[in-house]
Amino acid sequence: MPNKVPITITVNGRARSAEVEPRTLLVHFLRESLNLTGTKIGCDTSQCGACVVKMDGVTVKSCTAFAVQADGADVTTIEGLAQDGNLTAVQEAFWNNHGLQCGYCTAGMIMTVTEILERNANPSAEEVRAGLEGNMCRCTGYANIVKAALAAAAVQQGG
Amino acid sequence: MFAAEFEYRKAGSIAEAVQLLTDNPEARLLAGGHSLIPLMRFRLARPELVIDIGGIAGMRGISVSGDTINIGALTTHAEIAGSAEVQQANGLLAEAASGIGDPAVRNRGTIGGNLAHADPSSDWGTVLTALGATVSVQGPTGSRTIDVGSLIEDAFVTALAENELITTVSVPTLAANQRAEYAKMAHPASFYSVVGGAVVVTMDGNRCTAASVAVGGLTPRPVKASLVEAALSGTTLTQDSIADATARLSEDLAAAGVDIIGDLYASANYRAGVAPIEVKHALMHAIGLAHH
Repeated sequence: MPNKVPITITVNGRARSAEVEPRTLLVHFLRESLNLTGTKIGCDTSQCGACVVKMDGVTVKSCTAFAVQADGADVTTIEGLAQDGNLTAVQEAFWNNHGLQCGYCTAGMIMTVTEILERNANPSAEEVRAGLEGNMCRCTGYANIVKAALAAAAVQQGG
Repeated sequence: MFAAEFEYRKAGSIAEAVQLLTDNPEARLLAGGHSLIPLMRFRLARPELVIDIGGIAGMRGISVSGDTINIGALTTHAEIAGSAEVQQANGLLAEAASGIGDPAVRNRGTIGGNLAHADPSSDWGTVLTALGATVSVQGPTGSRTIDVGSLIEDAFVTALAENELITTVSVPTLAANQRAEYAKMAHPASFYSVVGGAVVVTMDGNRCTAASVAVGGLTPRPVKASLVEAALSGTTLTQDSIADATARLSEDLAAAGVDIIGDLYASANYRAGVAPIEVKHALMHAIGLAHH
């Protein structure tokens, strides 16, 4: 049995240390070791985007990273967005615009939309759709997801 | 899906990575992991040792020096796509980078890892072959330079020795009279290239004085289309002359002696039929003609 590797990952602002098998995926570490089950496993092959989290400031598919690769990194999951119970503008907009149907893709959608708006504060619907090319909604609820993203942009712009 | 068990070592330097590879010839290098991790999870790769080079300082970043763009092997597709310096010096690089995978994949996948993996459906292989890019490779006895067109020998096979790694990708800047374009038929789920054509044309007015053309996706390795290039050189580029030149592509593919890839999504015959169209589209973009 290969040696376990000690890692420390800052998850949602809190340093979390553990010894993990090298083959442990980041998404497994988040869900099973830390019980942060908001991040989902969908396709398991880095196509669907249900597992998107932020790592060192950029979105990554946590099913396609070993936890050992995140050693020393700063990771934010869906659980880390709301501060003191206050939803972010993106979360609020998904709620207000019914930007979900079954909800399985929602965490990944919100993490990705958050990054889209960080990079482009006032995107067009087309730019939102391009930014979401790696996130799939198998309920095909894309219309309200795009609407939510545009609404969040408007709120953040003070509109 | 879990990968098979493996030992994990983090290399602190290029020299350490080369030493670990020399001591463990069956080991695999891990950079962004977007080629290796899926292979390991499907157990198509079962390395006993994985050497993580992702944290090696000095292997990441972009610098332009004279007429060469030097890109550290660990530079991500997103960093290339978003680089104002790259957009200025060679717009095709930025455009090709922005067409790989999706945003989260581009945030992790690296140019060096992509080339070392040598997936036939990689965009980089085709684009960098047409651009005449080279890679710097470090081994136990020193470094050497390899043309990207020679680096990729076959599907998932490169000219790298077991204990060599790619450290830098060097790409010529485009001159003011050069145009470079890439057109691909992308798989709708993975965005991988089913067929891709990359072109660089040097123009004197409407006349093409030199051309570099490569196709990929449909072949195990990128194929340089020298007959198409010859047909373009010295020719005034119009829709008709472009169509005449790209009609030579089947001869180039035959001369390359490679199998055409076929699968459930796109048969070999279909891909061979699409290839000249993608090259034609790239050329028409290059000279500012709409193709639809």
